[in-house]
Amino acid sequence: MELLVASAIGVLTAAGLYLVFRLRTFPVIIGISLLTYAVNIFLFASGRLVVGGAPILQKGVEGVFYSDPLPQALVLTAIVISFGMTAVVVMIALGAYLGGDDDTVNDPAEPAEEGEAR
Amino acid sequence: MTHWIILPVLLPALVAPFIVLAARYHIGIQRVFSVAGVLGLIAISAGLAWQASDGTITLYQLGDWAAPFGIVLVGDRLSTLMVLLTAVLALMVLLYAIGSNWDMRGRHFHALFQFQLMGIMGAFLTGDLFNLFVFFEVLLIASYGLMIHSGGNVRLRAGVQYVLFNLIGSTLFLFALGSIYAETGTLNMADLAQRVTAIDPGETVGIRVAAVLLLLVFAIKAALVPLHFWLPSSYAEAPAPVAALFAIMTKVGAYAIIRVYTMIFPPDLEVTAGLQADWLLGAALVSLALGALGVLAARKLDRLVTFAVIGSMGMVMVTISLFTPASTAAALYYIVHSTFAAATLFLIVDMVKSSREDLRLVALPPVAGAVLVSALFFVGAIAMTGLPPLSGFLGKLLVLEASFPTDAVVWVFAIVLISSLVNVVGFSRAGSVVFWKAKAVPAQEGTTPGAPPSTLSYVAVGGLVTLLIAHTAFAGPIHQYMTTTSQQLYAPQPYISTVLETPGKLSKPDAAKEGDH
Repeated sequence: MELLVASAIGVLTAAGLYLVFRLRTFPVIIGISLLTYAVNIFLFASGRLVVGGAPILQKGVEGVFYSDPLPQALVLTAIVISFGMTAVVVMIALGAYLGGDDDTVNDPAEPAEEGEAR
Repeated sequence: MTHWIILPVLLPALVAPFIVLAARYHIGIQRVFSVAGVLGLIAISAGLAWQASDGTITLYQLGDWAAPFGIVLVGDRLSTLMVLLTAVLALMVLLYAIGSNWDMRGRHFHALFQFQLMGIMGAFLTGDLFNLFVFFEVLLIASYGLMIHSGGNVRLRAGVQYVLFNLIGSTLFLFALGSIYAETGTLNMADLAQRVTAIDPGETVGIRVAAVLLLLVFAIKAALVPLHFWLPSSYAEAPAPVAALFAIMTKVGAYAIIRVYTMIFPPDLEVTAGLQADWLLGAALVSLALGALGVLAARKLDRLVTFAVIGSMGMVMVTISLFTPASTAAALYYIVHSTFAAATLFLIVDMVKSSREDLRLVALPPVAGAVLVSALFFVGAIAMTGLPPLSGFLGKLLVLEASFPTDAVVWVFAIVLISSLVNVVGFSRAGSVVFWKAKAVPAQEGTTPGAPPSTLSYVAVGGLVTLLIAHTAFAGPIHQYMTTTSQQLYAPQPYISTVLETPGKLSKPDAAKEGDH
């Protein structure tokens, strides 16, 4: 299972980075989404991988095999934040694309930026 | 337990929704509440700084949960100092935004401004690494809104770059936090400081990777070369008051580096030895040099100021990366100076921009209110380039003095002095072209000269200049305070024991559970 999770994180990260380096807004946003999926699984794994463990320690039951609850809370926070951030960047990128008819992420070539709407 | 220390986070968090919900169509009411909120913040943070000035460490356990389990806010000298700095800067920036009507050129300026303050204050006060991540995101998401305030295509494009870069930075932050949690089983800073020392010297790979990842994240925030690429476009295209407020955001990165790499991974810690000295110092010196080159090469006034900011952050990071008590004191003095100087220059650039067709460094007819604006630019440039008599010069002296006993003295002296000279050349060229040569250019036929900046704008910029002068005039006592602050940082034991030994819920019965990991 470790191999499976580790390679899933690796493949997601690699694909995400490849898309980020495309430097056009749509692939970059998809790439960042893949990166956040990778990091979410990574955070889960940071509490050690457990099969068949109880979700959290219960009172009165001694010695129960349970999974670490903290990474789950961290992942939940991370998911909410990355979801919100992705929504924001989609809106801003869409605005920039519709306004300038250009979806490259880099600065435009020099003279184009002079004197446009401020 | 006193509740004062959470107020710098709570107050903006309450003012902002109030502005959105109750006053969204009344700019006058928004302004009143926004200014009142910031004045309240100044009062609270002055109180907190006063409380911390005798070395007291104030702990606030949210929900009364004891430290390694619950989230804590901690107010020591450094945190309260940064909080006070933020509040004072915020007032000047807000006055300028009102005086120049920037807040009316788009919607929700004041609400976003307050949310931004909430994030910055929280980042300075928190004692938990994951909570630091959350507050980073709060300040970032507010800054995305502020960055594209009042729109325009150029600004939106710069905004896309800024947001994307910071999203990648956040992902990296999460990777760093995941590795730290996997290695130590905690994310509380004080608890981490203890557990990192207990790591078996033979198995330090994970924690070293985590320490480097974390350093990269903070270096992105602090705009350290080669992670600075987000800064020039976004600061130049952001609305001026927002860029001026962003002057504190690079300092959040610097603060996080000081905090984490004096407490959790101190320079004499075996597992991460060599990390700061070798890598951080080199990158900081390159930033300093590159900032100076950018100042000389800039073809527009706003780009010139952004590269001056990169150079100034390079100076801060050079000083931090020496990691001696004297150098940290110098760094803190320079951080305050650099924040005010950068904010002043961004606001002055906006004054120039408001009555000039663009900011290219060519002779155009004089700007409106040229006498006062050029005088202010002169003062701001003196401060930024570090010429006497202002605090930049004193800060630079402190930096050089702090570097003297270290091995890096030759490099630091050479690069600091040469880049200062290049900065002086760049700024004097820009100033003489924009303000001086302008007198020889006749006003074009048929164009009406723009209105000079309003009185309130002058008050805001004048206030920042006054703060710079005060920072120079009271350099003795201020440096004394910074020295005691830095001594507190290099003796973190009281901080750690305050955080970990204050009783709260869950503290006693689970004492045995401590050894789980």
